[in-house]
Amino acid sequence: MAKQLAAVLGTGQTHHRAKRTDVSMPGLLREAVDRALADAQVDWPEIDAVVLGKAPDMFEGVMMPELFLADALGANGKPLLRVHTAGSVGGSTALVAASLIQAGVHRKVLTVAFEKQSESNAMWALSILPPFQMPVGAGAGGYFAPHVRSYLRRSGAPEHVGAIVAAKDRRNGALNPFAHLRQPDITVESVRASQMLWDPIRYDETCPSSDGACAMVLGDESSGDAVEGGAAWIHATAMRTEPTTFAGRDQVNPQAGRDAAAALWKEAGITDPLSQVDTAEIYVPFSWFEPMWLENLGFMAEGEGWKLTEAGETALGGRLPVNPSGGVLSSNPIGASGMLRFSEAAKQVMGRAGDYQVDGARTALGHAYGGGSQYFSMWVVGSAKPGS
Amino acid sequence: MTEVAVVGFAQSPNVRRTQGTTNGVEMLVPIFTEVFEQTGLSTKDIGFWCSGSSDYLAGRAFSFIAAVDAIGAFPPIHESHVEMDAAWALYEAWLKIRMGEVDTALVYGFGKSSAGQLRRVLALQLDPYVVAPLWPDSISVAGIQARMGLDSGRWSEQDLAEVAARSRRDAAGNPFAQVSGDTDAATLLDAPVVADPLRAHDIAPVTDGAAVIVLASAERARDLVERPAVVTGIDHRVDSPALGSRDLTRSPSTELAGRAAGVGTDVDIAELHAPFTHQELIVRDALGLGDGVRVNPSGGALTGNPMFSAGLVRIGEAARQILAGNARRTVAHATSGPALQQNLVAVLERG
Repeated sequence: MAKQLAAVLGTGQTHHRAKRTDVSMPGLLREAVDRALADAQVDWPEIDAVVLGKAPDMFEGVMMPELFLADALGANGKPLLRVHTAGSVGGSTALVAASLIQAGVHRKVLTVAFEKQSESNAMWALSILPPFQMPVGAGAGGYFAPHVRSYLRRSGAPEHVGAIVAAKDRRNGALNPFAHLRQPDITVESVRASQMLWDPIRYDETCPSSDGACAMVLGDESSGDAVEGGAAWIHATAMRTEPTTFAGRDQVNPQAGRDAAAALWKEAGITDPLSQVDTAEIYVPFSWFEPMWLENLGFMAEGEGWKLTEAGETALGGRLPVNPSGGVLSSNPIGASGMLRFSEAAKQVMGRAGDYQVDGARTALGHAYGGGSQYFSMWVVGSAKPGS
Repeated sequence: MTEVAVVGFAQSPNVRRTQGTTNGVEMLVPIFTEVFEQTGLSTKDIGFWCSGSSDYLAGRAFSFIAAVDAIGAFPPIHESHVEMDAAWALYEAWLKIRMGEVDTALVYGFGKSSAGQLRRVLALQLDPYVVAPLWPDSISVAGIQARMGLDSGRWSEQDLAEVAARSRRDAAGNPFAQVSGDTDAATLLDAPVVADPLRAHDIAPVTDGAAVIVLASAERARDLVERPAVVTGIDHRVDSPALGSRDLTRSPSTELAGRAAGVGTDVDIAELHAPFTHQELIVRDALGLGDGVRVNPSGGALTGNPMFSAGLVRIGEAARQILAGNARRTVAHATSGPALQQNLVAVLERG
């Protein structure tokens, strides 16, 4: 039997900051959850189940924090699931929540993702060296810089394209009242003048480290029908995984990402993503991942992604606005970053994106990746019901 | 919606200590082979993969990523992971088959408890602001729960020892069990208390282990095995984490999950995930299991408690009884969190 229709009924997020020392973890979550419930016009008794996602528990120093958060999540007496799929987790969590509705088990599900890195020390958490494994050693930037350098060599992209992405995303972030970094005056020149951290990635081309949370209420067809102004209907979902390292692995354009995108477009009935998708929220923690993922996702042919960025077509008003919310480069509460991409895509097709609304957005992509570019999760949401 | 059945189950030996890494690969590879032999399936036939494990148990971030190396995940696979016992990974896989997205799924859980001091590691599940800093370890918390039952007359030390003796006797027939033996309650009660009122026999051993289950749509299942174990009900619920605010001698979340899963009174065998003797009594009561129900013929978690797969093993054991033709309708239960905070119940029937 076919999947049941599912839709986003409402979304909410916290103000993202380096350290949200003004709230506890329950307080942080409730900021996002309360906004999502209000946006969805849904009250606690209607919530059938809660799905929580976050990245490694060591980032907060609490083992399986969903257990102690059950009260704050209103989950007592209800089903509570906890997802963890590395950096893609915010997206995967939304997809598990969607499954609960698509499988016909529940009518309304609350899903929430968070990270509160200021509670512990993420660098410590990532620095524990398991035996027999290659140490990362240099943090995420050091890990991904060689992939970016390889992309530059393979594509022949000019060096300033990364700075174009960074300046665009930070200026977009200035339009988003919840963004961690809001830099309306940033320019390509100022990005290129910032300190080099992991050649070729400069300081201003790097995501911040944020405390924050994101929540969504998902619902079944009748709940979606009842949303004033229209729900964001889930048209397609995809997840793929491949191992971190093996001989011959393409880490610049990973097969898992290409496979996930192909499955996604097929399910959504999209044959020409660049023409048929109105806006995309893509997980770009370092500037160069915008052109890299534009290719991996099939918006552009291999080696051509940077041309769309350089032509300004990924800016607001362009052919495919990418990360109008400011993206991961403006806010990065790790476990929640993927769900922010998914929820920002939903906001666009619901017409609720405020100052960074893409005019006439009807179809949007939400994308997340994690681990060593090996975990991918994505969805396509639309203002119209699938098949209509 | 599509019906889902268990078609394969395998587990690693339950042992006090393995020499392998904390990512489970050494324990998982042989049991993947085993379920593929049982079902005639191979890696490329699996539509969805889902695992359960814990970074804190492994003492590192992202332990489940390294576990993927046990699969041979290239070409890339459709995969997910829960930071919970793999019984909940099975729930996620059940959803994927139920909605018609895939027709086969492989679920696995793993944990190397010997890598740390388990009772102290589990203390980090408690409220980090006001409870965990006092380091009430998992055995002490369970001790408080056992004491409340003794003081209220819900059970006696004799009742607890009877549970332990029966479990150890049954485990003698389970080649995977860590603890077993022909014993009786009187002998066990002669032992000293470890964490008042708990004696060693009241407490599950510290176990390294892993387990795997293969699920298929009921239609596909009929082609794979003679007697698939159809999941006719599955549900899970959570209770408040505030130990002082709930009646620790009861398990409302198990009651709710059992009712929603449709446990009823017609049950041949129940595999209950009770890491402490008194918790078996709580769960039996919450599920309304009568004296005619055979509980934990495998010996249960008291004779081998591989963290993050012990719940999945209960589902596997309950299914195995149907797959082997020993039972017609069985119940499986999994628990997670301090003092039975979170519980899952599944009902399996011969398809």
